Amino acid sequence: MDQQQWSYLFVGLTFGLYIAIALWARAGSTKDFYVAGHDIHPALNGMATAADWMSAASFLSMAGLVAFLGYGGSVYLMGWTGGYVLLALLLAPFLREFGKFTVPDFVGDRYYSKVARVIAVICALMVSFTYIAGQMKGVGVAFSSFLGVPFNWGIFIGSFIVFVYAVLGGMKGITYTQVAQYVVLIFAYTVPAIFISLIVTNNPIPQLGFIGNMSGSEISMLDKLNTVVTDLGFTEYTSTTKSKIDVFCITAALMFGTAGLPHVIIRFFTVKSAKAARKSAGWALMFIALLYTVAPAVGAFARMNFIDTVNEATYIADSENYEERAAAILAEGGKPVPEWYKDWEKTDLLKFNDLNGDGMMQYRGPAAPDGLENEVVPNRDIFVLANPQIANLPGWVIGLVVAGGLAAALSTAAGLLMVISSAISHDLLKSTFYPNMSEKGELRAARLSAFAAVIAAALIGAFASSLPFVAQVVAYAFGIAAASLFPIIVLGIFWKRMNKEGAIAAMLSGLIPTMAYIIYFKSEYGSEAGWWFGVSPEGIGFVFMWVALAVGIVTALVTPAPPSAIQQLVEDIRIPGQRGALHE
Amino acid sequence: MTVTSESKKAYWRATIRFTLSLLVIWFLVSYGAGILFREFLDQFSIGGAPLGFWFAQQGAIYAFLALIIIYCIGMSRLEKKYGIEG
Repeated sequence: MDQQQWSYLFVGLTFGLYIAIALWARAGSTKDFYVAGHDIHPALNGMATAADWMSAASFLSMAGLVAFLGYGGSVYLMGWTGGYVLLALLLAPFLREFGKFTVPDFVGDRYYSKVARVIAVICALMVSFTYIAGQMKGVGVAFSSFLGVPFNWGIFIGSFIVFVYAVLGGMKGITYTQVAQYVVLIFAYTVPAIFISLIVTNNPIPQLGFIGNMSGSEISMLDKLNTVVTDLGFTEYTSTTKSKIDVFCITAALMFGTAGLPHVIIRFFTVKSAKAARKSAGWALMFIALLYTVAPAVGAFARMNFIDTVNEATYIADSENYEERAAAILAEGGKPVPEWYKDWEKTDLLKFNDLNGDGMMQYRGPAAPDGLENEVVPNRDIFVLANPQIANLPGWVIGLVVAGGLAAALSTAAGLLMVISSAISHDLLKSTFYPNMSEKGELRAARLSAFAAVIAAALIGAFASSLPFVAQVVAYAFGIAAASLFPIIVLGIFWKRMNKEGAIAAMLSGLIPTMAYIIYFKSEYGSEAGWWFGVSPEGIGFVFMWVALAVGIVTALVTPAPPSAIQQLVEDIRIPGQRGALHE
Repeated sequence: MTVTSESKKAYWRATIRFTLSLLVIWFLVSYGAGILFREFLDQFSIGGAPLGFWFAQQGAIYAFLALIIIYCIGMSRLEKKYGIEG
């Protein structure tokens, strides 16, 4: 079987599995549909949360980002894991104790206000639609580059699969498919990583290879990489040119954003109790760490391999007679361009421009000591995608990576669809406009809005081909979540005096400036020189989070205290087991 | 529920203290070791990696996981001590 057949086989098998799970786990009630009956085991929920959380960005882009940015890539590694500490300590157990269905549910009840609920719905929709655009793009990329399916058709097929299990099964169907998707994606990520670690460092455990020596040498892998990249004119791998304040702010925006993401928070509504929610956050981080501690190793190995095989290789323009030409170059003692490079060149993820006309591929950084210009431009996503081939792994491993990438994108897309559909059916229709809607009517409305959300997401994805890297699109959603939802949820739990007026003021003063900053500095008018305090649009959410906190606290202090029933509610959610009777 | 409001208050105070001390460690292992004091720590190494760099790409993640586990154990103990069911 060739590589493409393997890919078809694995993608076909996994998609069949997801649909089978969907048929088995149909939702019978709104409680099943929104929160899987509050009945999922903490470890299973941890696994589902990990799949929900790790998106196309984590799977496809992150190792590549780290490979290019070196130390600078740490913002993603720390930022996308540290938020779980905040979730476990500050949010998940208390929101579970509160015991309702959605994030706007908490905002609406805690701040006794339909206006606050509707603003929270808007925040949740903003975050989720920004995020889903990145996922749909990932689905399109996976289909078009591996299965030879056009980009838009890929999005259409992906949306159909998500549609089947999200609409039928709701949160219950999504939970069990996410568990299956986690298994697929972690297997697909670690198998090639183990092989490539063996090749580069002779150690099968990537985390140890990362701090180990090069195979058959006494030089440490990272020292060697530092020497190699600085000789080519790049910044030292273990260092960065980014300012300290920007690194700090981006990391913080990603961390606080993680804790404010509605699709992550609602996963903790599916377990039995506050205690189970705490445990579940631990399980989730453990399953996430399995990928996140491997990713920096994959990044470093991939950078090393890339330079080794591509730099100063003799380019072969003629793909038809590749093997003949390569053999001839080898016979003359030269280094031919590797076969994987020729394969991937077709996807436009790699570009070679022979600037000095010598027929060799010079890969150089901005400050190359030999004064040569860079001629090879790789897309960051290439490293995970092409890794199995770079490491000469068999065709089935590549098929596995394709299935894994799709699992990562679809599992996250499904979690986001859940937030979008419950925001519309539960928070807007049932809680705000039609409080008399029956349970059956609400379930029907939930399914219909999930259907509409799938279509909207597919359309966004189809137009998203002009968007930047998957990971960057997603990074903005975090800033928005950190500045708009995180402050009022935390204040709502830890400060009894926080009231309706403060919450509304805080959400608006976080959401609006963050959106404006991102839109302005990503447009043609904005430039890096204009960044406030040197903070990039990715990191600005952290700055406006403090603005929102301050505005919220001051507004609350000059307006009346919340009613005593609300203060009682806050006391109850702080103590596990106090709201037991209300859990139904 | 037979938990007195006195023990609820004491439980909440203890929870806040515990949470804050874990958050201090959370800050130190990531923003501290991985960002603010990275250059200083980079003069030491763990295996073949500079220590500050290692914290930013590996160590902080392990520490986060340890913090959540400690939190789960600690909170169960607090709940037992103050007679709260959890």
